[in-house]
Amino acid sequence: MTTSTPTRPRDGDSAGPNNDRTDAIRHDSGKRRFRPRTVRGMVLYAVLVVVSLIIVLPLVWVLITSFKTDGDVITNPYSIFPNPFSTEAYATLSSGQQPIFRWLLNSFLAASLQTIIILVTASAAAYALARLEFRGKKLVFGLIIATLLVPPVIFLIPNYLIVQNLGWLDTIWAISIPGAASAFGVFFLRQFFVGLPMEIEEAARIDGAGDFRIFMQIIIPLSKPALSTLAVLSFLANWNDFLWPIYVLLSPENLTLQPGLSQLQGAYSTHFSIVMAGAVIASVPVLILFAIAQRQIVESVASSGVKG
Amino acid sequence: MTNSVSAVAGPNPAAPGVAVPPSSRRSRVGATGVPRRTGTAYLFLAPFLVLFTVFVIVPGVFGLVISVTDWSPFKAEQSFIGFQNYIDLFTPGSITFGDFWQSMGATGIFTLLSVPVMLVVPLLLAVLLNNKIKGGTVFRAIFFAPYVLGVAVIGVIWRYILDTQSGMLNNLLGFIGLPTDIPWTVDVPWAWVSLVGVTVWWTLGFNAVILLAGLKGISADLYEAASLDGAGTIRKFFSVTLPGLRPVMLFVTTTTILASANMFGQSYLLTKGGPGNATRTAIMYISDQGLGQSNMGAASAMSYILFLFLAVISVINFRLQRERAE
Repeated sequence: MTTSTPTRPRDGDSAGPNNDRTDAIRHDSGKRRFRPRTVRGMVLYAVLVVVSLIIVLPLVWVLITSFKTDGDVITNPYSIFPNPFSTEAYATLSSGQQPIFRWLLNSFLAASLQTIIILVTASAAAYALARLEFRGKKLVFGLIIATLLVPPVIFLIPNYLIVQNLGWLDTIWAISIPGAASAFGVFFLRQFFVGLPMEIEEAARIDGAGDFRIFMQIIIPLSKPALSTLAVLSFLANWNDFLWPIYVLLSPENLTLQPGLSQLQGAYSTHFSIVMAGAVIASVPVLILFAIAQRQIVESVASSGVKG
Repeated sequence: MTNSVSAVAGPNPAAPGVAVPPSSRRSRVGATGVPRRTGTAYLFLAPFLVLFTVFVIVPGVFGLVISVTDWSPFKAEQSFIGFQNYIDLFTPGSITFGDFWQSMGATGIFTLLSVPVMLVVPLLLAVLLNNKIKGGTVFRAIFFAPYVLGVAVIGVIWRYILDTQSGMLNNLLGFIGLPTDIPWTVDVPWAWVSLVGVTVWWTLGFNAVILLAGLKGISADLYEAASLDGAGTIRKFFSVTLPGLRPVMLFVTTTTILASANMFGQSYLLTKGGPGNATRTAIMYISDQGLGQSNMGAASAMSYILFLFLAVISVINFRLQRERAE
């Protein structure tokens, strides 16, 4: 990218040759490039680095603290190297009354279960709404869209009673099934399916393929990017859910990480290394997921404002 | 939560090229005319509709029913009490009046304090990132990273950092000769500063990423034209960047207001709603009344009043958007 600038004719009328270029390229030519060499570039980098440090340092410091002993935390809160390097906090957590690795497993199972249900139910529903004509389509779609506007607190108490009646309180079903009714998921996939070319589907139909085959063998394979984005977003949302599990999960061994961490803080309020170790355990899986799917996550968020 | 709003705004401006669901009668999709396949369609819809009905439609209506009863899980039968729960919420001196409106007030304070910061800081970062710089995507990823951490993680980390006696922040302030006894989480106004600061730290990447995408959509020609007219950096920011960003900015404003109005975890974890109940938000009070205290009828009524407030704010926002677009 950077090398393209010098080769571009800089003299004469720059507007002429630009006309047939794509937007992206014209963008480049219209803007100056900042490199650390210029004063402005240096200031720009300095600001970005400072903000990055403000974001990263607390997290790094949490990681460091989790490997310190209680005494070290109090006497050398800022030391970069734990002295001694200790996995005591993690050991206490794995043997203590707070079964954090059980919470980790619960969080993982609940988030996975909910994600799978969302992918299956939302993709099938989105197929009907995007590719089929049927009676009541506008009503169904309208209802789904309308509920997107409703703040979740509306469903809190009635859903609690429903889950209670189903006998699901304090089970994994309580934290994975109600949230799997994802109007957002249906809407998100429907928008994607609508944009797929109709021709392939019509060709398959002429070849005698039914709706189920078209859905499974054409629509789903073509929609892998959208499906994986929805999977990542759904997994994250469930993993990080806080309010709902606080109230529907009761016994210590059934908690997920988010309400669990909150309890950990109460139980070990003076043992910072232990609480920080808990924060590390709760963060590592999502940070790994973010590292893998960073581009997807960020792009899907970025496009939400422009499209909307 | 934020996604949901984008989704609602989605269908209208959908590009003309994208197929909008064909209106059933005059559909021109397919030369043979698309036959209605109502049975097949509902087979595909069934699994979702079962979940959607049981956990969205039914509770949406059920909540209204609960709100006109004195619902308690400890009673065998619930009795209809009309609009008493709603009337109580508007009657000074009733059991719920003071606490509910205090929590609504706390939510309002948080929203008023946080929304400007959550718009300005990400906007400045987006403007910086919009320069062609090496490592731009790395910075973008770093800024976004805290957003993927759950509020409980954010809460326990910052509660430790902000602790008055042993917290990092007060210690650091001591190093540069500032007071070391600032009650970050236990007294106002510091508690508000902490709640807003932590929320900004947590979510700035989210808004920055959306605004950055908006900035990339502003034509470079406009900047060139402004340069030719002799506009400087600041002038260009106000005459080109801000007007060009208006649609995205209004979207971000709406989602940010709604997210702030639904704030729960930060208060629950950092300040426990204190001091007193100064930072107890509406969601915190409603969930505690409904599920903690089993005062379900009143809590349901409260949730609908909050919903009404948010709906009015959203409508005002959409109106503004339309007016400005005209």
